[in-house]
Amino acid sequence: MALVKNLQKRWWQLLILGMALALPHLLGSRYLFQIVLMGYLFSIATLSLNLILGYTGQASLAHAGFFGIGAYGVALLTKAGISFWLALPFSALLSALVGFLIGLPTLRTRGSYFAISTLCFGVIISIVAGNWISLTGGYTGVVGIPPPTPVKLPWGGQIGFEDRMAQYYLVLGFLLFTLWVMNRLVHSLLGLSFMAVRNNETLAGALGIDTFRVKLLSFVVGNFLAGMAGGLYASLIGSISPSTASMELTFNWLVYLLLGGVATLSGPIVGAFIIPLIMESLQFLAEYRMLIFGALLIAVIVYFPRGAMGAAEMLRQRVRGLLHRRREATEGVVAGQEP
Amino acid sequence: MELFLQQLFNGIMLGSTYAIVAVGLTLVFGILHIPNFAHGHLYMLGAYVAFFLMSMYGLGFWVALLSSMAIMALVGIVLERLAYRPLRNRPHIDSFISAVGALMILETSVIVIWGPQGRRIPNPYPDIVELFGVTMSHQRLLVIMAAVAMILALHFFIKHTTAGATIEAVAQNREGAMLVGIDVNRVSSLTFAISAATAAAAACLVAPIFIISPTMGALLGMKAFVIVILGGLGSIPGAILGGYILGLLEALGGGYLSAAYKDVYAFGALILILSIRPTGLFGKEVS
Repeated sequence: MALVKNLQKRWWQLLILGMALALPHLLGSRYLFQIVLMGYLFSIATLSLNLILGYTGQASLAHAGFFGIGAYGVALLTKAGISFWLALPFSALLSALVGFLIGLPTLRTRGSYFAISTLCFGVIISIVAGNWISLTGGYTGVVGIPPPTPVKLPWGGQIGFEDRMAQYYLVLGFLLFTLWVMNRLVHSLLGLSFMAVRNNETLAGALGIDTFRVKLLSFVVGNFLAGMAGGLYASLIGSISPSTASMELTFNWLVYLLLGGVATLSGPIVGAFIIPLIMESLQFLAEYRMLIFGALLIAVIVYFPRGAMGAAEMLRQRVRGLLHRRREATEGVVAGQEP
Repeated sequence: MELFLQQLFNGIMLGSTYAIVAVGLTLVFGILHIPNFAHGHLYMLGAYVAFFLMSMYGLGFWVALLSSMAIMALVGIVLERLAYRPLRNRPHIDSFISAVGALMILETSVIVIWGPQGRRIPNPYPDIVELFGVTMSHQRLLVIMAAVAMILALHFFIKHTTAGATIEAVAQNREGAMLVGIDVNRVSSLTFAISAATAAAAACLVAPIFIISPTMGALLGMKAFVIVILGGLGSIPGAILGGYILGLLEALGGGYLSAAYKDVYAFGALILILSIRPTGLFGKEVS
C-alpha cells in the first residue's frame, strides 16, 4: 500500500527516469550525444556547487578548481596505467582533501571574503595547471586519456566503455548517485543545519550548531563530488587543459545554478541542460549570447532570486491556492443551498 | 643590486596603478557595502574608451584620458542603478552574482565592438632616463606621479568638500546620514562615478605600457579585492599601502622567484593572511 502511495507521489520522477534510460536510443548524432553527456557531467558539478552555495550559503568560486583536481588526477593516474576504478575515487578523495585544507582557513571568513579567497584559490589552481609543465603538460594540457577500464562481469564477458551507450549509462549512474547523496543529505538533520547556517550563521551558532564544522563538511562533500565529476570528464572526453579548472567554468555553473533554481535538487539539472541547449541553438548570435546571459543573470537575481524552479514552485502554489479558494467558494454555495 | 632597484621601480609603478584601482574599489565596497566584482572590468573598459577616442577621433592622450574618465563615471552610475541598487537589502552574495552578470556584459561588449585581440595605445612619452643603472621610461614615471596626484586630489575631495563629507557620513553611519537628510541614492551614484572614473584613469595611464585586451580586467579586479581585504574595508590609506605592497611583492617575486607564478604570490598571500585574520590585515568585523 505504502509502495503504491509512494509510486503515486513519485510518478513523474519515474517518468523522467524512464525517459533518461530511453534517451540514448533516440539520440541520432554524435553531436547531440556529446551535449547530453556534458549536460550530465555539468549537472553533477552544479549540484555539488548547490550544496555549498545553495544549501549552506557559501559562495565558493573555486569549484572548477576542484573539478580540475579530479580531472588531472584521473588523467595522470590512468595514463600511468592505473585502473580508472581506482583512479576516480582516489582523485575525488584528493579533491575533497584539498577542499578540507583550503576550507580550514577560508571558511573562517564570511560572505564576500569567502567568495574572494576561494576565487583566488581557483585562479592559483589554473595558473599551476598552466605552468607546471612537467606534470600537467602546461597550456597544451593532457591528451589521449584512456576511457574507463572495462568491467568484468561475474558470468563472463565485460562492459567496455569505448561504446557511447555504456558511457551514457555510466554518467547517468553517477548523476543518480549524486542525487541520492544530495537527497539524503539535505533531508537529514545535517541538511537542516546546513540551511540554518545559510539563513543565519550567528543564530545557528547560538543554537549549538558548530557552524564551522557544518560549513567544512558541506565544502568537503561538495568538492568530493566536483572532483568526481572532473575525473569522469577527463576519462570520457579524453583530453583536458587548464581551462578545465578555469574561472569561466565556475561562472557557467553559477549561471546554471542561479537560472535553474538555487537550493533545489532539480534546478541545477534543469539549468545544466537547458542553458547549454539554448546556447547551442543561439549559435548564430555568436558573442552576443554572453550579453544576453549577463543581462539575464542580473534580471534573475533581482526579480527571481530562486531561479526557474523557484518561480515554477511559486506559480504552482499560487495556482493551488486559487483552486483551493474556488473549491471552497463552490462548496460554500452548495452548503448554503441545503435547507 | 641593479636588478633589485629595477624591480623596486617596477614594483612601485605597478603598485601605483593597484593603489588607484583599489581606492576606487574600497570606496564602493567599504562605504556602500557592495562587492563590485566588475571593478576590474570598468578599468578595462576605461582603457578601451580612451583607445577608441584616440584612434577614431585622433584625440590627444590627456583629452582622451579625461573623456574616458567622464564616460566611465556615467557607466559607473548606470551600473549601480541597474545591477546593485535593487539588491541593497539583500545578502552580499546576491550583489556578487549580479556583478558576475555585469562583468560578462562589459567583457562581451568590448569583444563585440573591438574584437578579442590585444590593442596598443601609442606611447605619448617614449623617452627614457637612466638613474643608478635603472631604466625608467617617462611614461612609467608619469604613472607614479599621476597616482600620487590623484590620491591627494581624492583626499582633498573627501575631507574638504560637502559632497565628499556626505560620502564619509554614509560610510560612518548610514541610518544617521539618512536622518540628517543625506540622499543615500545620490551618494551611491557619486561614489560609483568616482570609483569608475579613477579606475579608467589608472587604465589609461598604464595602457601605453602594456597591451590592452578584453581580459585584462579580470585578474586586476581580483587583485584590487585582495588589496582591499588586506588594507581593511573602506580604508583609503589601507588600500594605498596594500596597493604598493602587492606591486612590490609581484615585481620582486616575479624577478627573483618565477615570473610565471607572479599572480600566485598575491592570491596565496591573501589566503595565508585570511587564515590568520579572517577579517583581513587591518579589517574590522563585517556583517
